[in-house]
Amino acid sequence: MMNRTKVEAAEANRRRYEELRATGQQLTPKGLPEPTALDGAPISPDDIISHELVPAGWYATLRLRRGEALRIVDDSGRSSVSLIAWREEDCSERINCADTVKVQWSAAISKGRVILSDMGRVMLSLIEDSSGAHDLLVGGSTPASTLATFGSVTRNTQQNFLAAAAKVGLDIRDIPPCVTLFAPVSTDEVGRLVWNGSRKRPGDFVDLRAEMNLIAVASNCAHPLDPARPAASGSVTLIKHRARPAAADDLCRTASPEAVRAFAFTDRLYA
Amino acid sequence: MADPEISETAYACDIPAGRPWSRVLKKGQTLRIIDCEGQQAVDALLYSADDPAERYSAQDTLRVQGSAYVELGTQLISNKGRVMARITADTSGSHDTSAGCCSCESNAVRFGEATKYQHACRENFILELSNHGLTKRDIVSNLNFFMSVPIEPSGNFTVVDGISAPGSYIDIAAEMDVLFVISNCPQVNNPCNGFNPTPIRVEIRDAPLF
Repeated sequence: MMNRTKVEAAEANRRRYEELRATGQQLTPKGLPEPTALDGAPISPDDIISHELVPAGWYATLRLRRGEALRIVDDSGRSSVSLIAWREEDCSERINCADTVKVQWSAAISKGRVILSDMGRVMLSLIEDSSGAHDLLVGGSTPASTLATFGSVTRNTQQNFLAAAAKVGLDIRDIPPCVTLFAPVSTDEVGRLVWNGSRKRPGDFVDLRAEMNLIAVASNCAHPLDPARPAASGSVTLIKHRARPAAADDLCRTASPEAVRAFAFTDRLYA
Repeated sequence: MADPEISETAYACDIPAGRPWSRVLKKGQTLRIIDCEGQQAVDALLYSADDPAERYSAQDTLRVQGSAYVELGTQLISNKGRVMARITADTSGSHDTSAGCCSCESNAVRFGEATKYQHACRENFILELSNHGLTKRDIVSNLNFFMSVPIEPSGNFTVVDGISAPGSYIDIAAEMDVLFVISNCPQVNNPCNGFNPTPIRVEIRDAPLF
């Protein structure tokens, strides 16, 4: 049994939790912007740092400095791009899908949201997003998933991550759960995973702004739940470019009290 | 004459509120985790005892299962696509594997900086894993037994009050030799422990119970 003081503390913590939940799930989504229009965020040629076309089944590793952004474009509307990232100066800090969904009270990320590291800091901000249909629960394709689907192991995200990790001196222990962009996965009322294929369009893109110096890996392999596979293949375009810095009134920075704190903790790395 | 169920117990341990635990389960052994007082989240990590680079993967588990919660019959899948263990009994219904473990750093983001200096599951995991030559780098996705985290069709994702009654238990049967690591969750800032962390008990049996 709890004594009176503990009961009061528990009641105070419950009140705070309910207040945070109300803010996180009732106010924040209403404050989030609409998806970016397909032609709504042209990049000035002067801001482009590099440009790369990643064929279906392949991957690219990119080093992003704080303040640089990565545009990922699903040119055909048939691709999904699985993403992991490590902090460049200390690769034990990496993206954390669990904290990303828990802290933002939502498994759905879209324009205005952030991808957090395991250290309570922001790694990437979704400063533009025409899609808003991404997966953080199921992960990318693997040898086992392609074997089950095709009867043989095809190129897959897990082996792409392994190869990419090896080229920066890391290994399988360093591969965290991934975010998959352009992968419209949701859950139904009883928790079954559902693929919402109608939410995919040619030309959908996201702009991910790096909030710390990081190494990112983008794997262009069909999502394991995509029923269109193996037809779900097409190249994707990666454009590294200079973004506006995350100013005090920045959309992602101010989206929620949690985001404000995560940005403040991130800024301390560079103070 | 001894109770036949008790006599099958090869090992038992009471884990105080907020504390970690680990042990190797041999293939074929069954671990029972008992939520003694109810509403107590139990964070868990599994590693292959032979090769700890092979470890439990929440995303692989959900992909293979096609649904978002851990329940009776769920196969716990490794990052190499193999079945590490399966759930062979469950009295409380559904368990989370998408919300991760609490950490000082994520608590500070979620609940304010004053909560940074509170004990957290990741502190437990780091210390317990250090006994096995593993580090923070090895902490990936974990299970949260007796923790209820409904994911709504909208994506809304909420840790809600636990539904486990006092004495609830879950049985996990090892399909390979696994290092099983537990943090009896110390979180006081959300309802996963009813805002009041309590003890749990673990028991290991040599054969699955039916």
